[in-house]
Amino acid sequence: MSRIQAKFAELKKRGEAALIPFVTAGDPDLETTLKILRALEKGGADCIELGIPFSDPTADGPTIQRSSERALKNGLSLPRIFRLVREFRRNSELPVILFGYFNPIFHYGLREFCRQAAEAGVDGMLCVDLPPEESAELKRWTDDEGLDLIFLLSPTSGSDRIQQVARTGRGFIYYVSVTGVTGARGSFDGQLRSQLARVRRATSLPIGVGFGISTPQQASWIAGLADAAVVGSALVEKIEKARGSTEKAQGAGRFVAQLKRAMRQIRRVPN
Amino acid sequence: MPALTELERAYAQVRREGTFRKEFQHYLHQYAGRETPLYFAERLTQKLGGAKIYLKREDLCHTGAHKINNTIGQILLARRMGRRRIIAETGAGQHGVATATVAARFGLDCEIFMGKEDVARQSLNVFRMKLLGAKVRVVDSGSQTLKDAMNEALRDWVTNVRDTYYLIGSVAGPHPYPMMVRDFQSVIGQEARRQILKQEGRLPDYLVACVGGGSNSMGLFYPFVRDPKVRMLGVEAAGGGLRTGKHAASILGGDVGVLHGSKSYVLQDDGGQIRETHSIAAGLDYPGVGPELSYLRDRGRVQFVSATDKQAVEAIKFLAEIEGIIAAVMRLAPRWAKNGTIIINLSGRGDKDMMTVADYLGVRL
Repeated sequence: MSRIQAKFAELKKRGEAALIPFVTAGDPDLETTLKILRALEKGGADCIELGIPFSDPTADGPTIQRSSERALKNGLSLPRIFRLVREFRRNSELPVILFGYFNPIFHYGLREFCRQAAEAGVDGMLCVDLPPEESAELKRWTDDEGLDLIFLLSPTSGSDRIQQVARTGRGFIYYVSVTGVTGARGSFDGQLRSQLARVRRATSLPIGVGFGISTPQQASWIAGLADAAVVGSALVEKIEKARGSTEKAQGAGRFVAQLKRAMRQIRRVPN
Repeated sequence: MPALTELERAYAQVRREGTFRKEFQHYLHQYAGRETPLYFAERLTQKLGGAKIYLKREDLCHTGAHKINNTIGQILLARRMGRRRIIAETGAGQHGVATATVAARFGLDCEIFMGKEDVARQSLNVFRMKLLGAKVRVVDSGSQTLKDAMNEALRDWVTNVRDTYYLIGSVAGPHPYPMMVRDFQSVIGQEARRQILKQEGRLPDYLVACVGGGSNSMGLFYPFVRDPKVRMLGVEAAGGGLRTGKHAASILGGDVGVLHGSKSYVLQDDGGQIRETHSIAAGLDYPGVGPELSYLRDRGRVQFVSATDKQAVEAIKFLAEIEGIIAAVMRLAPRWAKNGTIIINLSGRGDKDMMTVADYLGVRL
């Protein structure tokens, strides 16, 4: 059982939904990211989504675009991200998922990427611009290395796509709450509840919801509907605004603690 | 992905429909002004003293470039799919203008995404788009050029996917765009084939076209791909020179990657990050190239060379003086066999580039 699967199993027993914060690796530098990761864990994060910055992040809104630009400006590379994870892994068992775009991974070599990621202590991988029908090659190596390859579903996904992701995906299914890119939003698609029910019928994998979740209220609402809430842009923005690496880490930790507290307050219906 | 699947299905259907093809032909003829001449450049041929040079005059199309062929095809498709809002990316502004034009013609809302750098370089085209009723969205992320405009258009499309049609202007992007744009642009090669057979009684020895994303070259080449004796030459933008790293030659200076949903040659750094492009020709400023062109290159079917900014400006001056044609940035044919024929695709008129060229030559207007 992977760390991700074990974490979801453990939370299920406790009747809790997972909180998965997202941060961009190397924004603004790797030392700060390491401090932030530790603060996130202390604040109550159940799993970490670590963004691999890309020059052309087509699925991201302005907040994460800016954060990728900052990270790239400081010369971030995949080997340095692996080093960061290895360092974090020395005293943490929190699942870590790498979240990124296909080209940097492809350019690095899929096999080599998976081998080094697994060796560094990465548990899962999500490649936003790689649809399941093109994923066979990557999946071969993630399977080989015991990495969970996670796929996205969205409000426009039809039943064929839901079935396919249910079959191919590992770890959990990432449900994109809205049509569009990452970034904080005031409201959600009114159909979210029924859409999640559709996905639920097709899979026994946990379902995480992301894109647009920015407040404790929203996170707690999602905790009542799904198995995990992913919070990215709102957190990245807090990190962006805080000055100095200690402040950034403390702010991130406090925010995650607020989110987690709110999520624990909702009564979850066992499924 | 569901949007692409829907588009693929819709296109597969209209592709077989006689009524759609007829409608497409009708607007190409009546609205875009096709067919365009295949002009024998007599003075140019004499001056260079080599093969006979023919120019396929896409610069004479409505809006001044071949881009209109594709926008007519796609807007007819968008109408059939019931979309009310059209979005497009543009670099030099030619595709933006061609999109705004057909959107106006068919009464659809239109928004064009354009990098901040390009907006500054091509202010005339920005004004044309606005005059045509389109909204121009200035993109200030990343390198603020064509690829970033495309990123932003993709973001808009996934956000408004239910009512919006994304009209991509080149043979790039995810399937089915490269195939669809190639098909709509193939009218260039189909006409050229007919015309050269009529004028010369045989197929040409060479086809030459500039390559940014590759839409005009694929349009010219495709109807000749199965004629092994017709050689094809793509000219990439070498900017300050291939060795300087400041260029837009994805095939000659890039390596295999995945950008905007297609696997092809891509300009990228050691970490797989997409590099910025440099060329005096704003329309060739794309760090990728159509996947089919990459394939034809790998198979040895299409050869590639490059032209620097300096060579391109010299060619513009030369052609203007000799033939009275101000071409969009292109390179003159070298001195090929005397009894041979060459067709050069003159993909657009150079009027929009006058400020850039004057600036390059140090002339103040």
